[in-house]
Amino acid sequence: MSAAAAPVGVTRARPGRAISSWARDNSWTLGLVGFLAVLFVFTKIIQPSYGASGIQGLANSMLPLALAAVAQSIVIVAGGIDLSVASMMALTNVVAASQMRGQSEEYAVLVVIGVLVLGIVLGLVNGGLVVLTRVPDIVVTLAMLYVWAGCALLVLAAPGGGAAAWLKDLVKGSLVNEWIPKSAVLLVVIVALVWIPLRRSRLGLSIYAVGSNRLAAFRSGVSVGRTKVIAYGVAGLFAALGGLALTASMGVGRPMLGGYTLMSIAAAVLGGVSLAGGRGGVFGPIVAVMILSLLQTDITLIGVNPNLATVLQGAILIGVVMLGSITQFRGGRR
Amino acid sequence: MNETVQPDRAAGSSVAVATLSRQLRDRPIIPLLGLALALVVVFALVSPRSMNPEWVGVQLRAAIPLAILAGCQTLAMLTGGIDLSVGAVASLVGFLVAALLPGIGTPAALLVAFSAAALAGLVTGIGVGIFRVHPLIMTLAMSLVVFGSANALQLLLVKIQSGVPDLIRSIGSDTLFSVLPYNLIVFVPVAAAIILGLRRTGYGRLLYAVGDNPIAARLAGARAWQVLVVLYVISALLAAVAGVLISGLTNVASVNLADTYVLPSVAAAVIGGTSIMGGRGGYGGAVVGALILTLLSSLLGTLGLPEATRQVVFGSIIVAVAAIYARVTAES
Repeated sequence: MSAAAAPVGVTRARPGRAISSWARDNSWTLGLVGFLAVLFVFTKIIQPSYGASGIQGLANSMLPLALAAVAQSIVIVAGGIDLSVASMMALTNVVAASQMRGQSEEYAVLVVIGVLVLGIVLGLVNGGLVVLTRVPDIVVTLAMLYVWAGCALLVLAAPGGGAAAWLKDLVKGSLVNEWIPKSAVLLVVIVALVWIPLRRSRLGLSIYAVGSNRLAAFRSGVSVGRTKVIAYGVAGLFAALGGLALTASMGVGRPMLGGYTLMSIAAAVLGGVSLAGGRGGVFGPIVAVMILSLLQTDITLIGVNPNLATVLQGAILIGVVMLGSITQFRGGRR
Repeated sequence: MNETVQPDRAAGSSVAVATLSRQLRDRPIIPLLGLALALVVVFALVSPRSMNPEWVGVQLRAAIPLAILAGCQTLAMLTGGIDLSVGAVASLVGFLVAALLPGIGTPAALLVAFSAAALAGLVTGIGVGIFRVHPLIMTLAMSLVVFGSANALQLLLVKIQSGVPDLIRSIGSDTLFSVLPYNLIVFVPVAAAIILGLRRTGYGRLLYAVGDNPIAARLAGARAWQVLVVLYVISALLAAVAGVLISGLTNVASVNLADTYVLPSVAAAVIGGTSIMGGRGGYGGAVVGALILTLLSSLLGTLGLPEATRQVVFGSIIVAVAAIYARVTAES
């Protein structure tokens, strides 16, 4: 199953296709990075004072959504979809905030570990239900959206709780120099610690295999159910990280969080993750989240009616996805 | 079912299970009606005093907008899609009708609002049908566009009065002899049109064909893009009808009025036996599904459970019903 062990003949049989698919995947991400660069230049033009503090604000505001987008991307790559991301974030967010309130800084470390484990458990429950019940992912996670949101309300009925000082410090300010926000470093570290080893492991390969062709993965000896459950578990971990990022940046817990599920799907798709599964990564979605956040800033800076900002966001999403499907048109959809 | 020492009993039970499976697969309405009836019985046991004709009227009145939106989801799901923009479209229409009606009169206000909905549906349909954008993303993005536009419009249109016009409120919330809600008058023709449309018209069969096997449908000469464009226009118009009823029911016309209906409408269609993978299902089940969800939500409210617990129970029941459904109808 490992890539290194693939017979030479297979690689030789269709090198053109492999190269073109590699180029296509990466051209999408490169295009996104290019678009982001243009957007930065544009921001600088309309707001000459945009600088380190702007980058700082951008990094802080995008961190929770970036983690949600990573969670969503992993599940989508594995051939599923997780509509419950926002309520898992809400639940972990309020559990962290309610447990940290009035406690010592050391105790908060235990809370953070506990919340991360909780996130994994929530994800495993989602994945387990999907696999055991054989109900489509979208239906199960839709129902779990209610369940986790209800649990969040049971933990904390109204915004409240607290956060440890060190946790708040983790996302506040910058490192080394003012151009490197701590939250951006944190995001890079998290992704480097969790996603990159996973992606390179046998398990990571299985996740892609299950997402791109269930039957083929099954026939080549991949445990389809187990892989999917684990993918959901990892997504739960990232959702918990997103919830903790919210606790850290808001300093309190909020049981009702809107928008993260749908925005995370949007970011994943914009970032080149195919909803059919098996294609994409987490780098593209993170760049997509930066683009979406920066667009929001720009729209505010230009002084457009904030309501039209939503319209513009939707229109850009449609436009980009249409562009993507035109470029991939020959590949077919199913 | 499994190896057992009593083959005859095993055979008997497997026949029973097979019968139930066939029943659920072919006529999901009957077991679903049984479930709805069971909920009514539980309701009667929990709160005998509330059992009266008015109660029936109240439940029906609340279930109808959801049932119409479940129709949008059923049609979209038959083609393997989903329509998450129904909430935004319904809210926009409810808001437009309420805001415009006092100024330009009922027919003109309805015409403007329904045209806006049809336009939104047309754009969605073009995106899904011609540009092959995934329906989930397309309708999600469309709901951002519609919601934002409605918000911007809200600032332009001066609200003349609070609440919604009497006519709309009456259709949405009044009942005849305190049993038959007026919105039933709107619902019955709509539901009949959907059910007959799916069963008797070529277009209805095309929806199933495109969802069941797009390649076979294409080889048979169906133009999937036309089917999809028409589908999302129909779905938006249904959402528009629901939007008028919801604003009449709640006596509110706000731009996020129907947001809370989106996920339950998907749940109702799923409970009603329509496969989210496309090609299988029908509208009758979705109507009963909407009724079940409404009864359940009202039952949990009567039990005095806090909103949080209600959500947990609501979610668990959706999973449970869907799981039973998947288990029983699974192709062996």
